[in-house]
Amino acid sequence: RRSPLVRASPPPGSARGLWRPRRGSQAARICHQVTPAEVASEGRCQPPPSLRPALPTNAPALGRGRDRTAKEPPPASAGRQNYGASQDPAKPASVRSSSHVTGSSMGKAEVACGRRRRGAALIWNPSWSSAGRATKMKVKMLSRNPDNYVRETKFDLQRVPRNYDPALHPFEVPREYVRALNATKLERVFAKPFLASLDGHRDGVNCLAKHPKNLATVLSGACDGEVRIWNLTQRKCIRTIQAHEGFVRGICTRFCGTSFFTVGDDKTVKQWKMDGPGYGEEEEPLHTILGKTVYTGIDHHWKEAVFATCGQQVDIWDEQRTNPICSMTWGFDSISSVKFNPIETFLLGSCASDRNIVLYDMRQATPLKKVILDMRTNTICWNPMEAFIFTAANEDYNLYTFDMRALDTPVMVHMDHVSAVLDVDYSPTGKEFVSASFDKSIRIFPVDKSRSREVYHTKRMQHVICVKWTSDSKYIMCGSDEMNIRLWKANASEKLGVLTSREKAAKDYNQKLKEKFQHHPHIKRIARHRHLPKSIYSQIQEQRIMKEALNRIKHSKPGSVPVVSEKKKHIVAVVK
Amino acid sequence: MTANRLAESLLALSQQEELVDLPKDYLLSESEDEGDCDGERKHQKLLEAISSLDGKNRRKLAERSEASLKVSEFNVSSEGSGEKLVLADLLEPVKTSSSLATVKKQLNRVKSKKTVELPLNKEEIERIHREVAFNKTSQVLSKWDPIVLKNRQAEQLVFPLEKEEPVIAPIEHVLSSWKARTPLEQEIFNLLHKNKQPVTDPLLTPVEKASLQAMSLEEAKMRRAELQRARALQSYYEAKARREKKIKSKKYHKVVKKGKAKKALKEFEQLRKVNPAAALEELEKIEKARMMERMSLKHQNSGKWAKSKAIMAKYDLEARQAMQEQLTKNKELTQKLQVASESEEEEGDGEEVEELLVPDAVNEVQMNVDRPNPWMLRSCTRDTKEAAAEEEDPEQLPEPEAHEVSESEGEERPVAEEDILLREFEERRSLRKRSELNQDAEPAGSQETKDSSSQEVLSELKALSQKLKENHQSRKQKASSEGTVPQVQREEPAPEEEEPLLLQKPERVQMLEELEKEECFQNKEVSRPVLEGRWSEKTPNNHPDAPKEKKKKEQMIDLQNLLTTQSLSVKSLAVPTIEMLEDEVERNQRQMIKEAFAGDDVIRDFLKEKREAVEASKPKDVDLTLPGWGEWGGVGLKPSAKKRRRFLIKAPEGPPRKDKNLPNVIINEKRNIHAAAHQVRVLPYPFTHHRQFERTIQTPIGSTWNTQRAFQKLTTPKVITKPGHIIKPIKAEDVGYRSSSRSDLSVIQRNPKRVTTRHKKQLKKNVD
Repeated sequence: RRSPLVRASPPPGSARGLWRPRRGSQAARICHQVTPAEVASEGRCQPPPSLRPALPTNAPALGRGRDRTAKEPPPASAGRQNYGASQDPAKPASVRSSSHVTGSSMGKAEVACGRRRRGAALIWNPSWSSAGRATKMKVKMLSRNPDNYVRETKFDLQRVPRNYDPALHPFEVPREYVRALNATKLERVFAKPFLASLDGHRDGVNCLAKHPKNLATVLSGACDGEVRIWNLTQRKCIRTIQAHEGFVRGICTRFCGTSFFTVGDDKTVKQWKMDGPGYGEEEEPLHTILGKTVYTGIDHHWKEAVFATCGQQVDIWDEQRTNPICSMTWGFDSISSVKFNPIETFLLGSCASDRNIVLYDMRQATPLKKVILDMRTNTICWNPMEAFIFTAANEDYNLYTFDMRALDTPVMVHMDHVSAVLDVDYSPTGKEFVSASFDKSIRIFPVDKSRSREVYHTKRMQHVICVKWTSDSKYIMCGSDEMNIRLWKANASEKLGVLTSREKAAKDYNQKLKEKFQHHPHIKRIARHRHLPKSIYSQIQEQRIMKEALNRIKHSKPGSVPVVSEKKKHIVAVVK
Repeated sequence: MTANRLAESLLALSQQEELVDLPKDYLLSESEDEGDCDGERKHQKLLEAISSLDGKNRRKLAERSEASLKVSEFNVSSEGSGEKLVLADLLEPVKTSSSLATVKKQLNRVKSKKTVELPLNKEEIERIHREVAFNKTSQVLSKWDPIVLKNRQAEQLVFPLEKEEPVIAPIEHVLSSWKARTPLEQEIFNLLHKNKQPVTDPLLTPVEKASLQAMSLEEAKMRRAELQRARALQSYYEAKARREKKIKSKKYHKVVKKGKAKKALKEFEQLRKVNPAAALEELEKIEKARMMERMSLKHQNSGKWAKSKAIMAKYDLEARQAMQEQLTKNKELTQKLQVASESEEEEGDGEEVEELLVPDAVNEVQMNVDRPNPWMLRSCTRDTKEAAAEEEDPEQLPEPEAHEVSESEGEERPVAEEDILLREFEERRSLRKRSELNQDAEPAGSQETKDSSSQEVLSELKALSQKLKENHQSRKQKASSEGTVPQVQREEPAPEEEEPLLLQKPERVQMLEELEKEECFQNKEVSRPVLEGRWSEKTPNNHPDAPKEKKKKEQMIDLQNLLTTQSLSVKSLAVPTIEMLEDEVERNQRQMIKEAFAGDDVIRDFLKEKREAVEASKPKDVDLTLPGWGEWGGVGLKPSAKKRRRFLIKAPEGPPRKDKNLPNVIINEKRNIHAAAHQVRVLPYPFTHHRQFERTIQTPIGSTWNTQRAFQKLTTPKVITKPGHIIKPIKAEDVGYRSSSRSDLSVIQRNPKRVTTRHKKQLKKNVD
C-alpha cells in the first residue's frame, strides 16, 4: 500500500479514531466541502483536525464532542489498524487520534510530530483562541520507511514503488491484449513437442505399458513377439525378450512393479520378472499359462494379485492358479481389450468386435451393461480421477466419453481424427487424454471439450497403434507401425527442467493471459493454427464437404428429418 | 368335470419331478394303466367270465375305482352285478365310498398346494442378475459424485494428491544387504567391529553412550553457564558491597538508607496491590519492628550521644535540631501504623456528613464490593477499575487460542483486503469507462462549459459555506455572550442539531413548523406566542442568502420545464386541427389514432435523434486556451475573446455523411471495421451476459496493475504437477472414504458361483 507522502487532512467525518487512506478520497473531499450539511456539522463539532491542536493528556476536553471519548477505539484495535507505526500504549488516545496515520511511511513521522506538539500544546494551553488555531499548522514531514526501498542484498531487484490506482493506468486492457498476443505467438514459436524416438523393434509396436513405480521405465511389445524394456532417461533399450511367437497382443505390469504379464498370439499368458536374469541365467518367464484360445488383451488389477484377459470371453485369473477364477461372457465375439477401473477396482470394461462396450463387475462375476455403438470400439480407458467416466476409441474416427451409469448418451463426443482411433490413454490428472489414430497422428483432447487441443505427427510416423501418457503427466509415448516408440511433451511449448521463480511467474501469467483473451479472433487463430500433413489436411477438407453434402436436414423439407444430436447419433442401443 | 381338472393338474405335476410328494403307491400306476386300450379289459372280462363258469367267485363286482378321462358308455354296465341298473342310481350323486375318500383327501392336499410357476428362462435370469448388479454398482459409484464435482470446479488442483513422505531406508537395512568384499572394506569392518562400533543411528560406542547417558551435552552446558553466571554475579555483588562499604560520607549513607526505606515502602505498596496476604504479613513484621522500637531505648534521647547533645542543646541550635529529629524519628517509628483504609473511610464518612443528600446507591456501590481484602475499602475507585480489569481478564485468558485465531485471521485478512482492493479497482474502472463514454457522447464545447460552470458552482458553494460558517460562529458567540437566555430558547431541544436540517431544506422545515403551529393553535393557544417568538427568532438564521438563491434557481428550472412541456402539448394539438378539414370518413379513425399516440411524436423524435447523431459525428474544434496564462486569473475571470480566438483550432470539415441525402435513415459511421476484426463477435460459452465477459476482460491480471499478492492469486495455475512425481489414481482413502475392507479377490473366491457351464466343458476338454 503506497500512498502519497503528503496528504491533506482527512475529512472530519472520519476524524474519529484512525483514518485509513482511501483511494478516490480527493473527490470525496470536494464533495465534502460542497455539502452544506457537513459544513454545518463541521462547524458544530470542531475545526478540522489539521487546524486543531493536539490535545495534551491533562488538557481539558476542549472542543470535543460528548461522545468522542466514549467512542475512542480501544488501543488494541488501534494498534492493529495502524500500519507499522510504533505506538506507546501508555500514551493517551487523544494524542494518538490527533496524529492521523495515513500510511506506513507516514506513521512514525506523524507520531513524532504528535509528541513534539504535545509539549508545545502545554505552553499554548491557557490561550485557546481562534487566532491561535489559525496560526497553528500541522506540519507533516516527508519520511520514507527504508524497508520500502532498501534491498536486503544486492542480488535483489530494486524495489519500485508503484501506484496501482486504475485511474493512472488507462491502457491496461490493450496492453494486456498485446501481451496475450505475444504470449500466444511465443507459445507457437516454442512448440517443439517431439523429444525422442526409441528405435530397436524389428516390427510394429503393438502395445505399451508404464512401470507403476518408475517413471523412466517403459515396456513395449511388438508384432514379432518381442518385448523390450526401455529406459527413457537414457533413451535406450535395456532389455529384450522374445516373449511370444507371433504378435504380443497385450502387456501389463503388476501394481508393485516387480513383474509384468504378456499375452500373445501363441495362446499363452506369460509372467516375467521386471529385473533381468542374472549372468548366465536364461531368459525365462516366471509362469506360463497355456490357454485354449488366443488372448487379445490383458490388464492387471490395481491392488491385488488378479489379472484379466480377454479373447472369446473375459477371464479373471488369480496369479497363483492356472485356471481362471471367473470368466464372463455376453454374446459370442472376440473381445479386443479389457481394462480394470483404477478407482473402483472391481469394475472392468471391455470392448468387442461386435461394436459393443461391455462393463463387468468382478465381485459379482457378472456383466453389468452393454452399449452398442455404430462401429466397433478399439479400446477404452478409465478416467483415473473420476471413477465412473471412461473414454472409448472408436473406429468411426471419434472418441466417446461415457458416464458408466448412463450409457445411452455419451458425456462428450470427441471429434477430430480423420481415421479410426486405435488407442486412448488418460493423463494421470484426469483432465485430458491422448488418442492414437490410424491417420498417423496423435491428438490430445481436454475431457470436457469435443475438439482436440493439440495434434502431433511427424513425417515418418505411420499408423499409431498404441499410446500412453506417463504417470507424471508430462510426457506422452506412442508406438507406431514403423517400429518406433516416440516420446513427446504433453505440453508442446513447455520449458523442461527447473524453472526459476520468475520464470514460473511469467509462465503462469502468460498462461492466464492466453486463457483470458482466447476468444479474441486473432489470438484464437494463432493459438489454433497447426501444420498438418497433407493427407490429414485433405482428409479433413474432404470430410467437411461430405458432411455438408450429406446434411439431410438441410436438403429436405423442414420437419421431415428429425434432428438427432451428435451425442445420440452414434449410440445404437443399450442392452441391460 | 372336477375329476377331469384334477387329472390335468396331476399330469402337470407329474412333469415336474422335483415337486414330488405325490401319492405314488397307486395313483401313478393307475394313471399309467389308463392309457391301455379297452381290448385288454375285455379280454380280462372274458377270462373272468370263463372263470366264473365253474361257480366260484361268480359275483364279482365290476368296479370303477378311478375317474378316467374317457368314460365310455359301455363301461356302465350292470353286467355281472346281478342288479338292475336304475336311472335313479345314475342321477344320484356319487356316494363317498371308502376307497375314494382317501384319494379325495390326497387330491385335496395336492390342490391346496399351489402350483409353482415355470422358472424363467436362462437369458431372463441373467438379465435380472445384471440389472441388480448394475444398480448396486451405480450406487457404489455415486459416492464419487461430490468429489468429482469438487475436483471439476476446483480453482486449483495439486497433484500428486497424497503427500509423499520420502522413504529413507534405515542404515541397517542397507548394510545388511551389503557385504564387505574388498580387503580394504573388510579391514575397515574389522576395525569397526573391534571397537563395537554400532552401525545403527546414533553411531556411538557403548562407552560414549554411557558417558552421554550420565549427562547430556546441552544440560551440561546449561548448568555450566548457570554456575558461571552465579559466580560472576556474586563477585560483582561483593565488589560493589566492598566499594560501598568504603564510602565514608554520612550523607551518602543517609541517602542510601532513605532510598532503601522508600523502596521498601514502594514494594510494600506494590505488594499490597498484588498480594494482600503477603502484604499483611509484611505489615505484621512492621508492627513487630515498632514493638521492638518501643521496647528499646533507641531514639529516646537516652543514649550517651543524646545526653551530650542535651547539654549542648541549650546553646547549639543544631544540637537541638538533631535531638528533635531523633525524637520525631522515634515518634515515627513507634507510631502505630494507621491502616490507611480507616482514614479513607473516615474521609468518606466526612463526605457523607457533608453531603447527606447523596443517595444511598453511591454508598451501596462501595458496600457491594465486600471482600476479605483490607485494602478494598481504601481505594474503592481503583478497585472498581481493577475489578473491571479482572472482568476483562477472563476474556484475555484464552489468549493463546484467540491469538492463533487472530493470526489465522491475519492470514485471511490480506486476502480479503486484496479482494476489496480488486473490487475497488473494478469499480473505478467502470466509473472511468462511464465517464469516457459520457465524454464521447457530449460535444467538447458543452463539456468545457460544463466544467467551467461546475467550477463556478464550486467556488460559489465554497463562498457560501464560508459565509455559513461565519454566520454560525457569530450566532454561537452571541449565544454565549448572552448570559441570560430566555426560557423559550432553552427549551429548544438541540438547536445545533436541528440546524443542518433546516439549512438543507428551508421550505420543508418551514412547513413543518407551520403545521406545528397549527397544531399548537388547536391544542393550546397559550403556547402560541412562545412558538411564534421562537420562530421569529429563528428565521433570520434559517434563511441565509444562499439557499434562497438556490431555491430561486430551482424554481427557474421548473418554470422552463413547464414551458417546454406546454409547448409540446400545444403542437400536438395543432396537427389534428388541420386534419379536421379533410375527409370526414377518415377523420374519425385518424382522430382516434392521433389521440392514441398523442404523446409520442415519432418523426420529431427521430429527427432530433438524427440531428444529435450528426452533431456528435462532426469533428470538434480544439480549444487550447489556458485561463490565467498571460493574464490575471481567478474565480469569475474568463480568458479574453481574443485569446480564445487565437487558441481555438478549428476542426477541418469532415467528409459528408452517408445519410446526408437520406432523411429517414441514420447511418452510424462510428463503427470501426478495422477494430471489429479484433473484437469478439459471439459471446463465449461460459458467459451468460456480455457484461460479464467485458468485466473479465477489463480486469487486468498483470503485476503492473495489481499488487504482488493479487497478482499471484490471479495467476495461480489450475493444475499443478510436480515433475518426477508419479500421480496415482485417486483413492477412496485420499478423499476420506473408507475403502471396502474385503479384497476383490476374496469376494470372488467366496462365491465360486459361476464358472459357466460352457467353460466347464472347455476345461473338461482341456483335461482330456
